[in-house]
Amino acid sequence: MSKARVPVIDGYFTEDGGQARLLGGRCGTCGAFFFPKQYSFCRNPACGAPDLEDVALSTTGTLWSFTDNRFAPPPPYPAGEPFEPYGVAAVQLDEEQMIVLGQLARGTDVAALHAGQAMELVVEPLYEDDDAVHTVWKWRPA
Amino acid sequence: MSPDPNDVVILGAGMHPWGKWGRNFVEYGVVAARAALADAGLTWNDVGFLAAGNTMRNGYPGYVAGSTFAQALGWRGNRVSSSYAACASGAVAVDQARAQIQAGRCDVALVVGADTAPKGFFGPLPGERPEDPDWVRFRVLGATNPTYFALYARRRMEQYGATPKDFATVKVKNSRHGLANPNARYRKEFGYDEIAESPVVADPLRLVDICATSDGAAALVLASAEFAARRDDRDRHVRIAAISTVTPQYPNTYLDMPDIATDSGVGAALPERSFRDSIAAAAYEEAGLGPDDLNLAEVYDLSTALELDWYENIGLCGEGEAEALLHSGATTLGGRVPVNPSGGLACFGEAIPAQAVAQVCELTWQLRGEAGERQVDGARVALSINQGLFGHGSCVIATR
Repeated sequence: MSKARVPVIDGYFTEDGGQARLLGGRCGTCGAFFFPKQYSFCRNPACGAPDLEDVALSTTGTLWSFTDNRFAPPPPYPAGEPFEPYGVAAVQLDEEQMIVLGQLARGTDVAALHAGQAMELVVEPLYEDDDAVHTVWKWRPA
Repeated sequence: MSPDPNDVVILGAGMHPWGKWGRNFVEYGVVAARAALADAGLTWNDVGFLAAGNTMRNGYPGYVAGSTFAQALGWRGNRVSSSYAACASGAVAVDQARAQIQAGRCDVALVVGADTAPKGFFGPLPGERPEDPDWVRFRVLGATNPTYFALYARRRMEQYGATPKDFATVKVKNSRHGLANPNARYRKEFGYDEIAESPVVADPLRLVDICATSDGAAALVLASAEFAARRDDRDRHVRIAAISTVTPQYPNTYLDMPDIATDSGVGAALPERSFRDSIAAAAYEEAGLGPDDLNLAEVYDLSTALELDWYENIGLCGEGEAEALLHSGATTLGGRVPVNPSGGLACFGEAIPAQAVAQVCELTWQLRGEAGERQVDGARVALSINQGLFGHGSCVIATR
């Protein structure tokens, strides 16, 4: 029997229907997006609307910058033994006009990346324990 | 002519050397405080207000650093403040002290920042806190501080064609600057070959591109211009011309630690300046000075590449021109506007609440002409700048 796939953090993303989506907030008054939703209200000082709509963000964007982490971070990062290096990408979403970080999908060739290229969202395992596969959103070249 | 009541003067500067000593941070802070008071020719009994920068990794005494240092120096019933603004904590403490003097509530104020730092990467505070962005970035992404430094460095490479050799040049420069600094932790000259052998932490940055975490302490004695005018050491007085402690303006669409996403640019006009540009601009405006007036600058080189960003943020050159400015020698001791003559974080490592105070100590010694082998000749205007995570800017301009 395969293990359950459980998001490493609640409320940030889904993979319902096999489609990775980031979950954010959108202000119905000024139009601003927020990721994570974080608060119930709009942080635009010229707006300050009291509530935000739940919204799924764009699943594609352009690469702003990227790196490759070669040393194990401190807890609470679930670094395994032996430590497996991982990439991190900063991706610009056009519609939302915001940058969202994510790890690079496993197997991404970091040396072949360049700013401005198209990227797409996926959900992949971050780590696995006896009970579940703990998942997270990641970016990969489109 | 009577002194301007808004003028605040630096009378004393002192440090405990940076290192990895493993002692109680209070011990370092008291050493620095006594050194600054001795430098000013004053004692703790002359101090009306104590402003401290807090430390988050030393238990409760670190959260109430003002009273912690007051108790250690001996309770005298004077007023204190304890400020936390991450890397900008020290500058906020300087600003608190200055404001008390400007308000006429004291003649002499003492500023202290001290830290005992853990080994290796800084991590978030313990506990499971999904509502804390600083916890989320470690837990979910493994986005350490060097991850962000590396994203900025790679951005310079992609946008402006910067190279790892450019970043190494910053390291070579700062390692030479710090050689003669008795308070620096690392007093060792680095060459390109040695840098190239340093392990990659977060591509394109190597271990020696990234500042270490250090123990250390720095302190300043500030006084009203009126108090200072009654003294006979006026040739040693340094004037604080400006302190900027601004936050970003919404929408901040540049990636800043510890956030995993920026503000959205939808529905609001972008600010006239980026956050880092605005930190310096606010200080220049208050001082009535500009980048062309600077004789030196201490900038927060958390990484070698970040020093290049700061050249542009403080207006030493235009966007994308920092590498050329570096290679021209302008920012090296002996050049037009030396940057990090102290050796910077490259030679100190970071002692969080002490670091912005230490920057101002260096400005003070430079402006007095007391910086020894690292002296910038004829320095009259100096700037220090940094940025603390969660949106804290800090910039001090001092003159003589």
